[in-house]
Amino acid sequence: MTEAIRFEKDSDNIVTLTIDLPGQSANIMNQTFNDAFKEIALRVEQEIDSISGIIIASAKKTFFAGGNLNDLIKVQPEHATEFFAEIQALKAPMRKLETLGKPVVAAINGAALGGGLEICLATHHRIAIDDNKTKLGLPEVTLGLLPGGGGVVRMVRMLGLEAAFKYLLEGKQVNPQAALKAGIIDELASDKQDMMDKARAWILANPKAVQPFDAKGYKMPGGTPQSPKVAQMLAIVPSILRKKTKGCYPAPEKIIAAAAEGALTDFDTACRIESRYFTELTTGQVSKNMIGTLWFQLNEIKAGGSRPDNIPKYTTKKVGVLGAGMMGAGIAYSSAIAGIEVVLKDVSQESADKGKEYTANLLKKKVGKKRMTQEKMDGILALITPTANAEDLNGCDLIIEAVFENRELKAKVTKEAEQFMDKEGVFASNTSTLPITGLAEASKNAEKFIGLHFFSPVDKMPLVEIIMGEKTNDETLARAFDYVLQTNKTPIVVNDSRGFFTSRTFGTYINEGLTMLAEGVHPQVIESAAAQAGMPVGPLAVQDEVSMNLSRKVITQTRQDIEAEGGSLPVDSAEELTNRMVDEFKRPGKSDGAGFYEYPAKGKKSLWPELAKQFTKDDVQLPFDDVKERLLFRMSLETLRCYEEKVLMSVRDANIGSIFGLGFAPWSGGAIQYVNQYGVRNFYNRAKQLTEQYGERFTPPKLLEAQAEKDQPFE
Amino acid sequence: MSTDAFIFDAIRTPRGKGKKDGSLYEVKPVSLLVGLMKSLQERNNLDTSKVEDVVIGCVTPIGDQGCDIGKTAAMVADWDESVSAVQLNRFCASGLEAVNTAAMKVASGWEDLVVAGGVESMSRVPMGSDGGAWALDPASNFHTGFVPQGVGADLIATLEGFSRADVDAYAAESQRKAAAAQAEGRFDKSRIPVTDQNGVVILDHDEFIRGNTTAQGLAGLNPSFQMPGQMGFDDSAKLKYPQVEEINHIHTPGNSSGIVDGAALVLIGSKKAGEEQGLKPRARIVSVALTSTEPTIMLTGPAPAARKALAKANLNVEDIDIFEVNEAFASVVMKFQKEMNVPSEKINPNGGSIAMGHPLGATGAMIIGTCLDELERQNKRYGLATLCVGGGMGIATIIERV
Repeated sequence: MTEAIRFEKDSDNIVTLTIDLPGQSANIMNQTFNDAFKEIALRVEQEIDSISGIIIASAKKTFFAGGNLNDLIKVQPEHATEFFAEIQALKAPMRKLETLGKPVVAAINGAALGGGLEICLATHHRIAIDDNKTKLGLPEVTLGLLPGGGGVVRMVRMLGLEAAFKYLLEGKQVNPQAALKAGIIDELASDKQDMMDKARAWILANPKAVQPFDAKGYKMPGGTPQSPKVAQMLAIVPSILRKKTKGCYPAPEKIIAAAAEGALTDFDTACRIESRYFTELTTGQVSKNMIGTLWFQLNEIKAGGSRPDNIPKYTTKKVGVLGAGMMGAGIAYSSAIAGIEVVLKDVSQESADKGKEYTANLLKKKVGKKRMTQEKMDGILALITPTANAEDLNGCDLIIEAVFENRELKAKVTKEAEQFMDKEGVFASNTSTLPITGLAEASKNAEKFIGLHFFSPVDKMPLVEIIMGEKTNDETLARAFDYVLQTNKTPIVVNDSRGFFTSRTFGTYINEGLTMLAEGVHPQVIESAAAQAGMPVGPLAVQDEVSMNLSRKVITQTRQDIEAEGGSLPVDSAEELTNRMVDEFKRPGKSDGAGFYEYPAKGKKSLWPELAKQFTKDDVQLPFDDVKERLLFRMSLETLRCYEEKVLMSVRDANIGSIFGLGFAPWSGGAIQYVNQYGVRNFYNRAKQLTEQYGERFTPPKLLEAQAEKDQPFE
Repeated sequence: MSTDAFIFDAIRTPRGKGKKDGSLYEVKPVSLLVGLMKSLQERNNLDTSKVEDVVIGCVTPIGDQGCDIGKTAAMVADWDESVSAVQLNRFCASGLEAVNTAAMKVASGWEDLVVAGGVESMSRVPMGSDGGAWALDPASNFHTGFVPQGVGADLIATLEGFSRADVDAYAAESQRKAAAAQAEGRFDKSRIPVTDQNGVVILDHDEFIRGNTTAQGLAGLNPSFQMPGQMGFDDSAKLKYPQVEEINHIHTPGNSSGIVDGAALVLIGSKKAGEEQGLKPRARIVSVALTSTEPTIMLTGPAPAARKALAKANLNVEDIDIFEVNEAFASVVMKFQKEMNVPSEKINPNGGSIAMGHPLGATGAMIIGTCLDELERQNKRYGLATLCVGGGMGIATIIERV
């Protein structure tokens, strides 16, 4: 008998296999499990004549968490042969259990994700406890993988190609009720006892069970790829996918291929095809990038990797938000839905009320879509007190100012609000550009002053950049960090610098786009290169969103500050272009209805036709890869400079911050992982080449030079 | 004055059993070709932009094999976009037809470097699944007196007096020769293992060969065409062969070509094109021939085709050192040997399709390579490859080592 999977037979000869991996809080597909599962399947096979049915259950809070990413991230292309064999070996016991002729039931007591759901799919009947919080799904694609434990094969055979794509390609996770509706599970239970009773009853009622796709006369729902309807769909599915992915993500492509090829063959062959594509993705670089950053590094951040660890966790109870504009309203919303009391203050009651209205409108949409109850909505709204009276800030243990980017104004509201704040409270500024140390001078306690840089729109953007001023103490950081986690957002911690990490780095993206436009590169080529590099929005479109008026203000302020410190900021070609766009063409951006793009009242925006005529030079023909790489290299190089200057303190904050804050090509694993996966030495050499060709902006920082010498990834 | 067409390289995949449990069943036919194209490019350091056409034989060009599989493969293999490709079908001769077409293109001087070849995944696209008027349109069927090839093979045996023991002995010998050749590594030079996208080997040997086959063992198999013959095909055949009292059904799965999956490619070009690419000519294509014979017996084309090719080349049958005669059925090769008076050791020295299988569209391109490898091994000069073909056709190609 193995420890990891218990074998218990009852008086009806029903065997319950309880998965309970030792030393783990959740069941995962590690070597211990794989060995135990193989062994237990063999035992079941040997004793099958004395077994009436099998229940697969979990002793943990959840059913099964999935694959072992610690192992998967280590698999390299040279391990392909063994890895493929291992995956095939892992599938064998699942196939064995479902083809013994005896009923097998999955008793799903909690979340079954990835490999966990795949185990369930390899049973004849799936019963889940009807808990709205239980998640069922195959999220492999979100980490650049595919369900390699028969998930593609069985989902396609159970649901048909088109219906399966929804779960395989998007990694959609659903609750048990939705899973029942989709045909992923078969039955709901009220609690564990009910689930086990139902499992036993089903086994006794179905003494001979066979998978629908193993039964005689099975027809694939919706038809196989040979049917004209499916064939037609398959011709366009790759293009529909690439419209979204721009070819940056191999996982969904391989999922479609594995699904379609598997649908043409018998079950075992389909499984082999699936294993081969799984091997390809697992050994490939993109899954390494995504697992490394979006799983391991993100988890490190959530576990407080960048938080001082000697300070007890703090729960913010009452947050004051100064300024009820777009940002303030969003911060109020994000705090309130996390259950935090909010005082939303603006200069007039009317403005403050309008800020609260923002939350009401967002919640109404949720209620309308039945994603929230009216009762819950009312409760959240009751947490927000809109006011024009600073005294209402009384007792706030956190105050976040979100007023205009103006030092005097910020200083004024800081002084006004601080007097009402709880003595131990933290004062935060939601500035995106102004150095925190300077702003802290207005505070009576700079140690408790910190930057909390939210991104717009706050309700959607997952990142908060926490900025340490020179005097900010660890306790303040810990409280700010805990608050960000409380709002279900992801904190990165940076040191003070102009534009901190995110604004500073994002500026280089826009700057490079404009520089190329000024050089004579066709604007559509720049935007297309950005998209194909994996960026969600092109630099010209982003500049339009930001508005060139605002950018000019920032440049002017920056120049003043630098000159005040005795330095100088020369005018570059991007700034000249911005000046022409604003002064000569009167096209400062989207908010003015005219920028690089035209914004018709109805219909899609399109590039201003005059733009190419004014700036594009036919003799400027850059290799397309140069256009792509110039955009990404600028951001990665700036990120490395931030790291070198200790503005950034960890690679994980750089990677997560760049993806969540800047939309930096997620396939690459973020701005520093992009360097790692490029090969640090290769990246360094390429940066030197770009410096020669396109300018000093690409000069590798010392830190990169040193790392390139060793050719070791940044960790 | 015509240009000489040279063979620079000839490669093939292993042949996998053409059933669901065959190793190559999971491999798409396009992947079989793509693997070879990449290998051909790599082995010869080939600048694919210099390849002017790709000619691919495929007998059942539907489904996975449809839509000009040659061009699809060239695109998937990332060959230069200037490379054109065509798929052709001359039944079982398709692979050799591709070689001959390529040779003609080069010989005419109108193209300088051409890749010929063929592919057939019989496990995925079953033989006959493309339909066709000859068998399935009753009016055409009546008019032509359609009978399946196996009945024709049995008719040949009946007319020639070959017994069941004769054909089984031939088949067992084919198995022995193929097994010995494989064990000796004679195929290794030109047989490219099929791997998956990760480089994991899927098949690296000809898995259809059963080296321990004996004539006695084969004697136990049931004749494949007895029942359909007796249901009526025999009588259709006898309308044309009134001298036959009874067709002696002696062909079984054991002495007929095996159903397998596989692909082959041959790189053919002018001397000049070869020099430009740094390619060493291995053989010159001396002559090619097509013919057609009585379609009901269907399988007697090889000898007349060979004679035609010999005449064109101004050679005698004795000048040929190695014959590769496709083992569609044992009686086909035996009749060829008898009619042409060729010593056994010159015919199919490494076995044939009875042992290794006959991936319809690819076989012709495979056996020209096998023939060339064997000429080199034996240090001989002339080789002739021939196949019997549906509709009574015959095809032959003579090559000379250079």
